[in-house]
Amino acid sequence: MPDTPDQHQEPVAGGGLLHRRALLVAGALSAGGLATGLKAATGARSPATMLKPGAPLSGVGERAPSAGTIQRIVPSLPFPGTGSSRTPLQLLEGTITPNGLHFERHHNGIPDVAPATHELLIHGLVRQPLLFRYEDLLRYPRESRILFLECSGNSGTIGADTPVQGSAGQLNGLLSCAEWTGVRLSTLLDEAGIAPQARWVQAEGADSAGMTRSVPLSICLDDAMIALFQNGEPLRPEQGFPMRLLLPGIEGNASVKWLRRLKVMAAPAFSRDETSKYSDILADGRAELFSLRMGVKSVILAPSFGLDLKCAGFREISGLTWSGRGRIRKVEVSADGGASWAEAALTGPVLPKALTRFRMAWRWDGGPVTLMSRATDETGAVQPPRSEWLAKYGPGQTYHANAIQSWHVDARGRVSHVYA
Amino acid sequence: MSMRGVGSAMSMREHLIAGGLVLLAGAASALARDPAAETPRLGRPAAPEIVSRLDLTVASDGTGLPPGSGSVVEGRATYTAHCVACHGAAGSGGVADRLTGGIDTLASAKPVKTVASYWPYAPTLFDYIRRAMPLTAPQSLDDRQVYGLVAYLLSIDGIVSADARLDATNLPKIAMPNRSGFVSLEGERFDGNLERGKTPH
Repeated sequence: MPDTPDQHQEPVAGGGLLHRRALLVAGALSAGGLATGLKAATGARSPATMLKPGAPLSGVGERAPSAGTIQRIVPSLPFPGTGSSRTPLQLLEGTITPNGLHFERHHNGIPDVAPATHELLIHGLVRQPLLFRYEDLLRYPRESRILFLECSGNSGTIGADTPVQGSAGQLNGLLSCAEWTGVRLSTLLDEAGIAPQARWVQAEGADSAGMTRSVPLSICLDDAMIALFQNGEPLRPEQGFPMRLLLPGIEGNASVKWLRRLKVMAAPAFSRDETSKYSDILADGRAELFSLRMGVKSVILAPSFGLDLKCAGFREISGLTWSGRGRIRKVEVSADGGASWAEAALTGPVLPKALTRFRMAWRWDGGPVTLMSRATDETGAVQPPRSEWLAKYGPGQTYHANAIQSWHVDARGRVSHVYA
Repeated sequence: MSMRGVGSAMSMREHLIAGGLVLLAGAASALARDPAAETPRLGRPAAPEIVSRLDLTVASDGTGLPPGSGSVVEGRATYTAHCVACHGAAGSGGVADRLTGGIDTLASAKPVKTVASYWPYAPTLFDYIRRAMPLTAPQSLDDRQVYGLVAYLLSIDGIVSADARLDATNLPKIAMPNRSGFVSLEGERFDGNLERGKTPH
């Protein structure tokens, strides 16, 4: 007797969550149905595209116009170069962010830096201060790594008194992932010769904010990179062309763009953007400094706000997960507001400090449900519930918001952001 | 290169090269990072005058503060000319960040984070204004104007007196109200986020 869909759609938790093998079987069934429907609708042997030559070659490709508009989410701001645009996460698949959609955060616009005259100075507690030109760095040994960047202020609205109704990108889109290629920072620091009393490195950008952040020397000597390429092409201007610091797993602001100076120091500079900003106010009114590493986190993108469900039945829940400490060990999904959980499938390769896609088979029965995801990383750190995250911080805290996020699906399939 | 070679007939140039290699090898092993990696070593030495011209940093202890001084009175005039349009009268009520007031609100239901209520150090205020303000023309103010602005802004909340004049000597000595209000996660504990060490489910 042939298998029926029901035999493959074995429940693993409440709210219609199914065993992962349902992902494969249901996919095959729906593809067959689609083919039948198309043939009936057109009535022709071949589509028109098979009956005439297509468009010519082009120097730079564009997305298919009929795929719809996919753009960064750009707010209206009093100072247009000072703020952030967000990656429309809910409209993308996989884990790599196209370069034109990588989120932006600038503190006074995008500088037009000329690579022919731009120089990087390494100085401070070094044996010999050194200047490097862009063309110099192009001759150094390179390495490539797939890494996420997340702004420290990402998902900060989760502290609001009532849930902000926005798309997954609007709420969480200060997050992107790319293959970065460049020169290991330790190579250049070693060339300058690090003095024994050195403990911190202050990085400065060539933008008109003169962005500066102090980074522990230990991070600089571990896996830090001076990135020159992004997904195979030179950095985009808004990502720091011609060179940027790239600190895997660390809050995005510290990966200083348009890098022009590295000062090796015994202590942090305690500059404006590492004290009055990018510090985390606690419930008792004190604040944490240098909370640099991004916590373990996940967010469901399908379904999510703005992507309402049109009919009951089988579908896939999917989303992104990441941790600044390494690999994701597992993601659990709940479709009953946290009463029961089931482990999602992770789409490999699961890379350290990179985005990972998770998927969960689901049969929606058409009734109201609340969807949640909870990530655990390889160090054992677990994404906290919102109540636990809130309890630590003072009112108005928006940095390092990695609490579990919840989507409610009502009986008409409309998706809203809720606190559960 | 053999040891015999080092001991016998090296030219001065060879001695210099050999010395450099020993230095390099020593640095690499002390730092324990891939000593086998070959790199082109293309960094060009930066002369002290170049370093000092490019180094904009004023650290929390005042290192890097330039000569000169500015007074509250001078700073008020600079503020009126260059800052008030965005930051509002007396550092509050504008479209840009609030700079004044809010002292003793950080543990309340509505913390107000300003220079006066939140910043731990005064010298870094000089650092930030000089490098980044005004937003439309960064680095257009001279050092005297920046000292004056720091003095004026701090005078609004009584952190310095109305007749204060600030310079590289007295600016680092200013006690900011929230100086002890920070928990630094630097060093071993910089990785201090909330969920660290949780037992996995």
